[in-house]
Formats: sequence, C-alpha cells, structure tokens
Amino acid sequence: MNRITSKLKESKKLLSIYFTAGFPKLEDTVEIIKRLQDAGVDMVEIGLPYSDPLADGPTIQQSSTKALKNGMSTRKLFEQIKDIRDHIDIPLIIMGYFNPMLQYGVRQFCHDVSEIGIDGLIMPDLPYDYWLEYHKKDYDDFNLKHIQLITPQTSEERIKNIDQQSKDAFIYMVSSSSTTGSQSGFAEEQLNYFDKIASYNLDSPQIVGFGIKDNITFHQATKHAKGAIIGSAFIKALENKGVNGIEDFVKSIRA
Amino acid sequence: MKTMNYNVNAKGFYGDFGGAFIPEMLKPNVDELRENYLKITAQKDFQKDFDDLLKDYVGRPTPLYFSKRLSEKYQTQIYLKREDLCHTGAHKINNTIGQILLAQRLGKKRIIAETGAGQHGVATATVCALMGMPCVIYMGAIDIKRQAPNVARMKMLGAKVVPAESGSKTLKDATNEAIRDWINHPEDTHYIIGSVVGPHPFPDMVARFQSVISQEVKTQVKAQSRKEKPDYIMACVGGGSNAAGIYYDFLNDKDVKIIAVEAAGKGVSTGESAATSQLGKQGIIHGSKTLLMQSDDGQITEPYSISAGLDYPGIGPMHAHLYASKRSEFISITDDEAMQAGWQLSQLEGIIPAIETAHAFAVFEHRQFQPDDVVVVNLSGRGDKDLQTYMDYFKL
Ligand SMILES: Cc1ncc(COP(=O)(O)O)c(C=O)c1O
Repeated sequence: MNRITSKLKESKKLLSIYFTAGFPKLEDTVEIIKRLQDAGVDMVEIGLPYSDPLADGPTIQQSSTKALKNGMSTRKLFEQIKDIRDHIDIPLIIMGYFNPMLQYGVRQFCHDVSEIGIDGLIMPDLPYDYWLEYHKKDYDDFNLKHIQLITPQTSEERIKNIDQQSKDAFIYMVSSSSTTGSQSGFAEEQLNYFDKIASYNLDSPQIVGFGIKDNITFHQATKHAKGAIIGSAFIKALENKGVNGIEDFVKSIRA
Repeated sequence: MKTMNYNVNAKGFYGDFGGAFIPEMLKPNVDELRENYLKITAQKDFQKDFDDLLKDYVGRPTPLYFSKRLSEKYQTQIYLKREDLCHTGAHKINNTIGQILLAQRLGKKRIIAETGAGQHGVATATVCALMGMPCVIYMGAIDIKRQAPNVARMKMLGAKVVPAESGSKTLKDATNEAIRDWINHPEDTHYIIGSVVGPHPFPDMVARFQSVISQEVKTQVKAQSRKEKPDYIMACVGGGSNAAGIYYDFLNDKDVKIIAVEAAGKGVSTGESAATSQLGKQGIIHGSKTLLMQSDDGQITEPYSISAGLDYPGIGPMHAHLYASKRSEFISITDDEAMQAGWQLSQLEGIIPAIETAHAFAVFEHRQFQPDDVVVVNLSGRGDKDLQTYMDYFKL
C-alpha cells in the first residue's frame, strides 16, 4: 500500500512539513528529512526549487532562488535521496512546478521518483483536468498519488469530483486565496471555510496548507481536517536556527 | 493537404502550444475571463465604446505610409504601419483599451499589470486614469532603474509602481508578481497582461484587441498599393502582440507571407540573446505551453537584448505554433544591426523608431525582396523612450 494511504489511516492529526531542497545548504536535504522524522513529523514535502514559483510567496521564492544558486537540480535531488528509504519510513512527497518535470520527461520522472520511494507529487501548475486526461496513467503505473489543491473559490461540484480521485490520498486544502506564507493567522472567513468543507463529508481526508505557522493555527486548521502542512514558517526557522533547531520547531507546533 | 488553422481552439491551444497551466488558486479568475471574454467583446455597446476610443482617444486608424526612400534603397515596395502614432507612442494601448472596457463589464474595481520597458505600464496607467480605476504596475527592480522616464510617466498618470525584487528582477519576474497579486485578489481585480502570452484566454484576447492593426492594413493596402493584399507582413516579436495584431486577418491566407523578427542580442550563440525560437525549447512559462529559453533542468533563463521590450524568455503560443508549422519565417537581428536600422530610418524618413521596432527594419539588410513585392512593416512604436540608449550608443 502507498505510504500516504496507510499514514492517513492513523487516528492522530498529521503534521506535514515542506522544505526547499538545497536550502540553506545544498547538501542539507537528507539531514533535514531525518531530523523531521526523528522529531515526529508525519509526512514531508520535498520542494524541488524552481526559477519561477508562481504560487509561492517571498519566503519560498527566496529559498528557491538560493537553492538553485547552491546548485540544486532535479537530477541532483534524485541523487541525494536515492537511498533515502534505508532510513526513512514516513511518506515523502515531492512538491514542484510542472516545467522541470516536463523537461525531465513526465513518465521518466514518475518512474525515477517511484524507484526512490516517493509516494506522491504536488505540482500546483499541473491543472487537475490536464492531469486526468494526460498523466493519470503515468502516476497510477508507478503507484504515485497526485495531490490536488482546492481553494475557498473552488466550486462544490469540482471539489466532489476531485474527492473521487483522491480517496486513498488526500485533498490539499489551501486555507485562503493566496500565495504561500501570506497570512497572519486565520480570520473568521477561513474558519468558516474549514467548517464548510467539513460539512461536505468528503471521502478523501483533507490536509490544510498555506498560513499555518504555529501551535494555534495548527489546531485551528486541524479542528476538522486530518492534518496541516507548514512551509514558510519552517523555512524561516531553518534560516534562523539551522538544522539543529528542527526538533524545537516541531515540538512548538505539537505543543 | 491538411488545412491548418492558426487560431486558437476551444481548449486554448494553437497546435501543441497554449493552454492554461495555472495553479488552482488562479482558476476562478481565469475561468471567469474565459467564460466571458467572447460574449462581452461581441456586445454592440462594447464594440461601440472600443471603436470610439480607438478613434477619438488613440487616434486610429493609424496611417499606412509608403516609405519612398527605404523602398528605393532596398528595391522593393515598403509600407510602414504607423502604430508609433498611437496615443502613448506604441500599439500597446489597443490592448489596454480593450481590456479595461472588459474589466469594467466584469465589475472589476482594481487593475494590475506587468511591464518591462514601461510601454505597457504606461498604456495601462493611461487607461486607468481615463476610467478612474486604481492601478498597480509591477516592474522589475532592475528595469525601474533602466527606464526612469516611463516610471515617472506611470506615476504622473496615477499608477503605483511596485518593484519586483524576486528572481532576476526583470520582466518575467514582474509578470510572476502580477500573477501572484491576482492570486491574492481573486474577486475585485483584473490583470491587464501586456502581450499575447499567459494562460488562455489571454493570448487570444490580446490578439483580438490588436487585430485592429491588420483590419486596417487590409483596406489600406488595397486602396494605396497596386496589389490586392500584401506579399509580406513583418513585425518584431517580444511576447508577440504587435506581430499577432498585424498578422491576424492574414493568418489563414497563404499568399501573404509573414516574417517574425526576434532579438539576437549580442548574437544567437553568445549566451546573451533573446532569440527564443532559436534557443528555446517547449515548456511552460506564465501558464502557457510554448517555446521558452530554459536550462536542461527546466529552469527559465534570463534573456538579453538591448531593447527591454524584446527580452522576454518566451514567445506567445500563437507564434510558437507559427514557427513549428513553418507558417512564419523567423529572423534574428543583433543589437548592432537594430541600432543601425533605427539610425537609418531616422535619417531617411524622419521617424525615430523604438529599438524593438528597429529590429524589424534591419531585416532589409539580410533578405532580398522582389521589386514589386508589397512589404508591410509594423512600426510598433516611437523611439522617445529609447533616447538615452540611442545617445549612449551613438555618442550623441
Ligand atoms: C514599441 C514596442 N514594440 C514591440 C514590443 C514588443 O512586444 P510585443 O511583441 O508584444 O509586440 C514592445 C514592448 O514593450 C514595444 O514597446
């Protein structure tokens, strides 16, 4: 069974962490993943840095620019994590943009990440309908999950459609209409949106992302949802405290 | 023989190129636009407002001018489509007029745009002043320094100019920032994109607004030349809007040959170039599948040209299709060739062209035409904005 599918069967609320591969230092990737697992994180999103990350706010943009300057690339990342399954058993997801995947070759990309032991992909600018029509088979053939984003503007009909395709993975619920790292805490509007989605009683678990940065926002986001993803706040912590600060950061969220 | 269609299909593709590769966060905005742009632009009152403004405010129709001295020099019949005479000095305003009328009908309250050289920023700030709408222009921090007069014009027109500090701090990053702004304002804002780029329906919508150029050329050539239609249509291509506009009505008429002129910068193989058709590979930029300059790893690279309006790392998907299907001939022109052609046009015809436009005129040094060929060149903009560059280059 896909590791994402089995992880989601656990009864607890899940904490997932995003980091940009190659940041702060090129060779930090494996160390960061190990420390996240040791600190009790449930799932990790490995960010494949891109020159033009449209869906991301300044924190992730800057970490991506730095990572690329450090020499990160698709092939470099795959090389760094080729033996990752020797030490890591939590689900691993690659989050990136479609163009680098396209240049690598979509099917080849799926094949190679699946060999490494990656469980799913989040490609924000690979549209759901395009994925369904052209690339679902590539994902299915290599037992990879496509994680689809929804936003407060996504229609109920579309959410129900996405729900049918996401049952043994999860739906990535973007907390508000924004790029990553934009908000300062959740407002009434977002909390209402969380309630609304809960009222749909979807078959697929939901994990909330964008704007989760501390213990309070984590608990707000996971009141109904199965889990939450932290990105920008973690990258800021990495920048300030380095890999040695990872354990404390994770503790502060779970507290 | 299979007949080619050079217009966009229902899914937003020109052959293999185009589409809308956008994050889910952008979908409501793009869907709203796609579902409404054809409906709204077909309405009588929209068309009346658009035509009236183009006539009385922009100054259309722009003349088609027979360039006697260039024609003598190059032994062919050269006609200039005078988009440089449009209000604000370039074709860009045809598009911004169309889009602001559309934005109003969509109930939008706020306008954003990207700009490179500042021409599109000025054209957007102008229509926002005209309609009394707040306007935010994203411009690369480096371009803000290079294009000070246009920054001042935008400010004087009431726009807020926001520096794009991300990535390489030029046009592509300004476009990213505008798209991010749009993601963060999904309801009240319209994004007036500046060329035939971006996710569907932008390339088609902008091409339609610019197509007024080819409609005019069609009647003007018939009335003014000995031919029924032009033999050649030529334009510079940054994103490709002035080119799309002057090709539009001729796309499906094979008798009319089309030439696209790209910026070679210091030379196609010098590493400092913007000749996307020569250096680009298929990929995705700003939500569109097209040809773009990128590394083997799929990272978008920074182009170079002496003209800020041509250094975009991609070309519009229509142009990628025209290239791939060989409907259009692509020629690349270096900085030096363009500067010399700009000098020559000034001296022979008393017209100082934008440096973007000057690239198109350099083609006559490369390519022979028949004496009776009618060659129409899109004179997309005037050179006032480029005086500093001309001054530095020619030590004026
Ligand atoms: C005068 C002029 N011509 C051409 C261009 C290139 O844009 P496009 O290829 O969209 O016409 C620009 C862009 O700034 C311009 O100012």
